Amino acid sequence: MADEATRKAVSEIPLLKTNSGPRDKELWVQRLKEEYLALIKYVENNKKADNDWFRLESNKEGTRWFGKCWYIHDLLKYEFDLEFDIPVTYPATAPEVAIPELDGKTAKMYRGGKICLTDHFKPLWARNVPKFGLAHLMALGLGPWLAVEVPDLIAKGLVQHKEQQSS
Amino acid sequence: MATVEELKLRVQELENELLKCKLRQCSGSDGDDSHGHHRPRIEKMSAEVVDSNPYSRLMALKRMGIVEDYEKIRTYTVAVVGVGGVGSVTAEMLTRCGIGKLLLFDYDKVELANMNRLFFQPHQAGLSKVEAAEHTLRNINPDVVFETHNYNITTMDNFTHFMERISHGGLQEGSPVDLVLSCVDNFEARMAINAACNELGQIWMESGVSENAVSGHIQLIIPGETACFACAPPLVVAANIDEKTLKREGVCAASLPTTMGVVAGILVQNVLKYLLRFGTVSHYLGYNAMQDFFPSMSMKANPQCEDRYCRERQEEFRKKEVERPKQEVVEEEEQVVHEDNEWGIELVSEVTEEELRAASGPVPDLPEGITVAYTIPEERATRGPEEDTVPETEQSLEELMAQMRKM
Ligand SMILES: [Zn+2]
Repeated sequence: MADEATRKAVSEIPLLKTNSGPRDKELWVQRLKEEYLALIKYVENNKKADNDWFRLESNKEGTRWFGKCWYIHDLLKYEFDLEFDIPVTYPATAPEVAIPELDGKTAKMYRGGKICLTDHFKPLWARNVPKFGLAHLMALGLGPWLAVEVPDLIAKGLVQHKEQQSS
Repeated sequence: MATVEELKLRVQELENELLKCKLRQCSGSDGDDSHGHHRPRIEKMSAEVVDSNPYSRLMALKRMGIVEDYEKIRTYTVAVVGVGGVGSVTAEMLTRCGIGKLLLFDYDKVELANMNRLFFQPHQAGLSKVEAAEHTLRNINPDVVFETHNYNITTMDNFTHFMERISHGGLQEGSPVDLVLSCVDNFEARMAINAACNELGQIWMESGVSENAVSGHIQLIIPGETACFACAPPLVVAANIDEKTLKREGVCAASLPTTMGVVAGILVQNVLKYLLRFGTVSHYLGYNAMQDFFPSMSMKANPQCEDRYCRERQEEFRKKEVERPKQEVVEEEEQVVHEDNEWGIELVSEVTEEELRAASGPVPDLPEGITVAYTIPEERATRGPEEDTVPETEQSLEELMAQMRKM
């Protein structure tokens, strides 16, 4: 599946306990708290490892998420907005992460800029329900996708470094 | 100053607007024959063989003794979820067959990239799929009642509305639809349809085409009775392609109008057989385009299904079975572990052999040509007790949200 660095990062993300989706009222709040705890821990780990690469936040119901992710290539920072909805069947099914601004620029996307995950992701997610959460989705889904696609998009000239972004 | 690209887009937008106006004008003059190709609505299906009767060849099924009561099709309501390569063709077939009412659900727009598939036309690019489909289908058969919903069923608000329409959107407002057809192209949407149908006890059929476009399947799901979509890992038709030679670099999915047409065909055939009660209704029928092989099978619901409503429906079904006067012996059903599945596709998500073994679960005994997309180990919680989980916290959700925002 993933490379050593990803495996290590994933193993350091705390696992979630509550098997609950957005259609469950109180249990969903508990699940959301766990999601935030895991995300906060993951971002802290990333900062410590000098590999801070995304931010996420949600609406107050925790059903719609949005944020930024970035990728450093040749010392330049390429930043993208990301978004996704929590499907009603979460956590049995992982959300589909979208980077709308890259829609149409790579074949590794479905309509609406939803990133196309590897064949390995779905079985891995299914085997880890309900322990995997959004932090795991970032680490195992979006992270590896950016690492493969962004350098390719830059090489093809489909993504340009924006001046106002600090490098 | 607008760029050429922007102007092109604007022209396209205006063309679409014009098309919409034209279509509105046509549908506004229902029964007006001035265009020469809009027939008035037909109140009663006739078996009379004249060139102006669109139903004569269908009604001939009755005369030949294939179908007992073909007109009954006009009393049925079918919901088609996903109006893409399979769903649009499915909807067209049902429309031509004279179905009573169609509900169409899709959040997507028609794109030029869809033109390798059937049904939609280049001039419809930019229109929502449900809107474009309704226009075309109403033209083909004005006797059908249409209801369209342009949204993604997997999000909270839409899902609630979707459930409401499945349970109340029948031809007689307030009654449930007769059948839901899943023609979506992703796992999330299938699971959402599955959840809705389990909860409502709604019979539905699932359909799918593989991402490499050379296999597909249809499946009848009777909640509590036959296996639901969550009862087992996703079933796949093995196309007997060496995974090592299957190149996935640089693309998400391929698609062929042929495979999609075949799947839509076997899906609607099963729908007609189910609704009009003729022939044998398939529980699962696969299509392997590489070898021209059609494996079929039947699978009972899994008592350990993760879906709570699936288990509730199973309980109801068991009670009903007990009460029912005894008749024929129930055949089949085996949950044996298959050691060596030569058709099986192993999806290697782990690095080492041991990890792979630890992560693999039992493979249900499936007929040749059908396998599962992946397996799930029996005890999922086996990473040891020292496994690192999120700590208990005194913080409220709002506080955690604020903390995350400040990072
Ligand atoms: Zn089930």
